[in-house]
Amino acid sequence: MELKEFIENFAAQFDDTDASEIKAETVFKELDEWSSLIALSVIAMADEEYEVTLKGDDIRNASTVEDLFNTVKSKA
Amino acid sequence: MAFLSYRNVRVAGMSVGVPKHKICNLDAADISKDYDAASFIEVTGVKERRIGELTVSDLAIPAANQLLDELGWEKPSVDGLVVVTQHGDYIVPATSCIIQERLGLSKECMAMDISLGCSGWVYGLSSLVGMMSSGNLRRCLLICGDARRRVEFNDPLFGFAATVTALEYKEGAENICFHLGTDGSGYDAIIIPDGGARNQITPSSFIPQEIDGREYTPLQSRMKGMDVFSFGITTAPKSVKKLAEHFGFDYTSYDYLVLHQANMKMNAMIAKKLKFLPEKVPSSMWNFGNTSSASIPLTIATQLRECCTQGLVRLLCCGFGVGLSWGTVALEVENIIIPDLIEIEE
Repeated sequence: MELKEFIENFAAQFDDTDASEIKAETVFKELDEWSSLIALSVIAMADEEYEVTLKGDDIRNASTVEDLFNTVKSKA
Repeated sequence: MAFLSYRNVRVAGMSVGVPKHKICNLDAADISKDYDAASFIEVTGVKERRIGELTVSDLAIPAANQLLDELGWEKPSVDGLVVVTQHGDYIVPATSCIIQERLGLSKECMAMDISLGCSGWVYGLSSLVGMMSSGNLRRCLLICGDARRRVEFNDPLFGFAATVTALEYKEGAENICFHLGTDGSGYDAIIIPDGGARNQITPSSFIPQEIDGREYTPLQSRMKGMDVFSFGITTAPKSVKKLAEHFGFDYTSYDYLVLHQANMKMNAMIAKKLKFLPEKVPSSMWNFGNTSSASIPLTIATQLRECCTQGLVRLLCCGFGVGLSWGTVALEVENIIIPDLIEIEE
């Protein structure tokens, strides 16, 4: 799986945040729009696109988008 | 493995009791520090909820009386009562004993509680149908619901409701098939931490803690939302598939998939994985919220009333959540009695 595509899929879960603001090194929990509701969308995206089940700790332990990509990749 | 199949028992009717008092989440300014009401409604699908100063027995008794009346069942003819709740009238005794007396059922009626939530209707149904299939219990009531009096009324996800499912012994009634499962490693995914034997009530039990931008004391139910979401979208579809595989039927041939009303996004994912079109997956969350063990019968009684009272409908129902616990049932209902929604004043 590709980091670039993962970032696009991740960015698609946001309504008000421009996709250009989301990069590999973005600390996603610092984004204004980030919330526990967006987290559910990210879990759903990982399940749909990569057939990977992310748990709460996976989201909590990731800091950047790339961290989360690596978690998904290791579970895929 | 818990695959069960029983014949000779049919669902005769269903009724629902809810508080008359409605609140709308759009009017709540303080849903969470993390998100606003509109975003919450978009993801969860919960716009209105019923709440009030009422208990499970307060909601169940008018609903049961109405259903018994419309069925034409005399109260002494009810042989068994199972109540599924996690917010009973008292910590002790069982709410089923309270309801046996308040409803005026016979002293020869067996009554017991089952402590389960989201999966509770399926579990309660399996227990009663199992006891009835030999023909010794002829008429029974399954009451499912929660009235979360301990939680602040502004908790936006949950609504109060009690449902009554009337079951009767009928020789030749079609098989009802179940798959049941449990994963207690997730016991703290939905939990009231204090007030049981493990963590007794102390002054710190009254101090709020912040969870997902909302404050809860350890005496109030809290949820690890992300973990419950992952659990639901993976476990529910598997349970449906296992049931179908074990009993050798095509689950897509069923008329409706009735899911526990967890949240809209989760249920949409589960339906998509099982390839059910949205119109075959009814929802009651918009008007009633997540009603715990009441959610499946409440959805049938409010959203599928017309077809279930006027013909034969094949239902696949899956409950999943607190425990963690899950169950799926495949059943037919035919020309059942469903009274109007019963709204109860305080």
